Formats: sequence, structure tokens, C-alpha cells
Amino acid sequence: MNDVLPGYVPIFMFVVLAFAFPVVTLLVARLIRPSTGGVAKLTAYECGVDPVGDARERYAIRYYLVAILFVIFDVEVIFLFPWAVIYDQLLLFGLIEMCVFLGILIVGYVWIIKKGAIEWA
Amino acid sequence: MDFFVDYILEPGVKIGVIVLVLPLLVGYLVLMERKLIAFMQVRLGPMRVGPHGLLQPIADALKLMLKEDIVPRGADRLIFIMAPVVALVPAFIVLSVIPFGPSITVPVPDGFQWPLQFVEREVPLFITDLNIGVLFILAVSSIGVLGIILAGWASNSKYPLLGALRSAAQMVSYEVALGFSIIGVLLLAGSLSLVDIVNAQSGDGHWFVLYQPIAFIIFWICGVAETNRAPFDLPEAESELVAGFHTEYSGFRWSLFFLAEYAAMIVVASLMVTLFFGGWLAPFGLRLLPESLAGIEGAFWFSAKLLFFIYSYIWFRASWPRYRYDQLMHVGWKVLLPIAIANVVATAVLVLLLEG
Repeated sequence: MNDVLPGYVPIFMFVVLAFAFPVVTLLVARLIRPSTGGVAKLTAYECGVDPVGDARERYAIRYYLVAILFVIFDVEVIFLFPWAVIYDQLLLFGLIEMCVFLGILIVGYVWIIKKGAIEWA
Repeated sequence: MDFFVDYILEPGVKIGVIVLVLPLLVGYLVLMERKLIAFMQVRLGPMRVGPHGLLQPIADALKLMLKEDIVPRGADRLIFIMAPVVALVPAFIVLSVIPFGPSITVPVPDGFQWPLQFVEREVPLFITDLNIGVLFILAVSSIGVLGIILAGWASNSKYPLLGALRSAAQMVSYEVALGFSIIGVLLLAGSLSLVDIVNAQSGDGHWFVLYQPIAFIIFWICGVAETNRAPFDLPEAESELVAGFHTEYSGFRWSLFFLAEYAAMIVVASLMVTLFFGGWLAPFGLRLLPESLAGIEGAFWFSAKLLFFIYSYIWFRASWPRYRYDQLMHVGWKVLLPIAIANVVATAVLVLLLEG
């Protein structure tokens, strides 16, 4: 067995225990809390008046745009991580490579800004 | 046997301690926040339960346990129940790679024979040291956004949905600049393991904040925005969205979201300490305790720095008004992101000039 994989064993144990925490506490709470119900309690909160229509209506397309932009930029960041770790071996070659990579990214970024994708006003 | 002790028994004990202590810690963090904000506003804060309100967190936890748990009629029941768990679990498990200190030596029983024989055992004050630690934290902590989105969607109510959308857009926007600001540190440390990053800062005050002040400030701002804290608390803006994505939650299910938020605060503050402020290392190579107690001293320095950054969260909340949403997006995408990218390039050039 190599040295890296056993380091993940505790993480799987932590996942199990972290799941156990809400399950156990919610079960305990279920045993001791009251449960009276009632129609008014079960309606969606809308400042005291009856809810008007369904909540799942149309919402601003900008949220969708931000999500797409996030995917692009986050992938760029992930590409930079391994580059940063071995940068002391790559040096000049690595710097030029990354400047090309970031240059393409920045052209896209400027285009996005010009198009007004992040304008909320 | 060795594998069992090293990778199952010892981490198991530490995980158990974290899972039991963290909720208590969060409870007292809330009390600290209430007290500090009260003092900053010339009030007394909680005073009734216990001396100076010291038992307030216990009373609050009990109250939350005894509160009715309501699932709204129109809600998507399964997702509504799952969402707090999805938000909480990632906030917990990222703690597994954060180094709280170096190793301490404790006497542990040697096998199960009677009478017990004790041997000295070196126990590191972190659960596991992954060679991809930073990446693991970024990857796992972004699962937390899903919990918020699911909660907002499943509630089938207008305020939670709006809160969840805002929250998700805000968290993903600031995560990009946050990622770029970490790269500056990685260029200096040359490793993704958090223990290696701390060790790379050892020596007389060679903390990375001295080399990466801009990255640190970006990380600080983004960290506050990532945890949805004031002045970036738009997802929970009381005056417009009631309580944001957890409006429809009640009882202990609600408090799971609260736990997740505060656990995330602790994680971001620990990351700031680890990446920029030398983790468990003492300032200026100070040494208060003898060599044999270095582990305890390390844990002390880590906690002291952690407490400062947690204090700063509360300080911000008491000092600054909330951002407007267009300002928030403007700062994230058009100010912090370009500065962070420029910082990465500048750091790379400097490292090349100094090393090459």
C-alpha cells in the first residue's frame, strides 16, 4: 500500500460521523418536541398574507450567466493550482506558458465585461 | 494492527472530539458575537442565563430541540429534509485537513493487557495531512452551496428562493477571486498540503502575509463574502428577504444551517491563519514553553490567531452597512478578480527573478 491512500480513510470516517450528527440530533429532537400542526403553520411565509401564486416563477437570467462564468473561471483556477505547485521547476517556461493561458482568459474576460454580463444596475 | 491504530483508531478519536466539541464551540461563538456586538452598541447582551449569560448557548440549544419542526405544505419534502444535511456535512469534513498544531506526545495504553502499560505516543494535532489539502478544502466547501440552493428551491416560497439565488451567485462569484488569491501562496510554498505550507513559513517571521499582502486582503474579503457574513449578508438580508434561504426552516433543522454557517466561518478563519499567518508558528520565533510542550504552544498560537479573525468577522458586522447587490457583483468581478490575477502574475515574475 502506498503512503497517500490511507490518508483518505479518516476522511471517509469523518463523512460518516458528520452525517450521523444531524441524523442523531434530529431523531432526539423528534422524541422531545411537540407537534401540533395546523393549516396556518404549514403555509409558505409571505409576511402574514396568503401566498400569491407559486414561488417557482421566472427569475433574472443574470443568475444563470454568473453560474456559467463561474464554471469557466473556476476551471481556470484549478489549472493554475498544479502550475503553482511545480513553478520552482518550470520557471521561465512556466511563466511564458501561463501568460499565454491567462492572456486568452483576459481577452474573454474583457469581452464579458464589455458585453455587460455582470451589470446588475 | 499498526494500520488500525494509525488510520482508524487515532483519527476516530480526533473526529469524535471535533464532532462533539464543534457544536459547543459554535454555541459560544454565537454568545461571543452577541456580547461583542452588544458592547459595541453600549448594551449588555445576554445576562439572564448563568453569570453574564454564560449558559445562554446551552439554553438556546435546548430551546431549539424543543421547537416544533415544520415542513411547509407546498415544499418538496425529501429535498427540504436533505438540504440542511448537505449544507452541514461539507462544513464539518473540511476541518479534517486543517492543522491545529504540530504533534503532542501523550501516554496511551499499550495493547489491552491488564494492568495497563502506558507508552508515549506522538499524536499530530490534525486528522489527516493530504497532499492536495487546499484543493480538497476548495472542492468540498463548494458543495455547501448546493445545500443552500436546494433549501431555497425545496421551500417553494418566494423569500427562500430569492435568498438562495443571491447566495449561490455571491458564493460562486467570490470563490473565483478566492482561488486566485490562494495561488500566490502556492507559488511560494510549492505544495498543496497545509502542513507543508505552515512549515514553509517557519523561521523568524517569514509569514506569507509579508510576501502576499494583496492576496491576503483579497482572501479576507472573499472569505467574509463566502460565508455570507456582513457586510456581504445579502442572502439573509432581514430587511428585505426575512431570513433568506432558511425562512421556512424551524427548530433543530434550522439550527443545522446555523451550525454550517459558523463552521464555515471557523474554516475560513483557520485557512487565513494557515495560509498567511504561519498556522501554529509563534510570531518572531517566540518560545514560551519548553520543547516538550511545543505542541500545546502551537495549538495556543493557532487559537489566538483564529480568535482574532473570528473577532474581525464580528467587528465587521458591527461596523459596516450591507452592500447593494450590484455593488457586490461589481466588487467581486471587476475589482477583486483583476487584482487577484495581477497578483498571481506579479508573484510569478518575482519568484522567477529571485530564484532563476
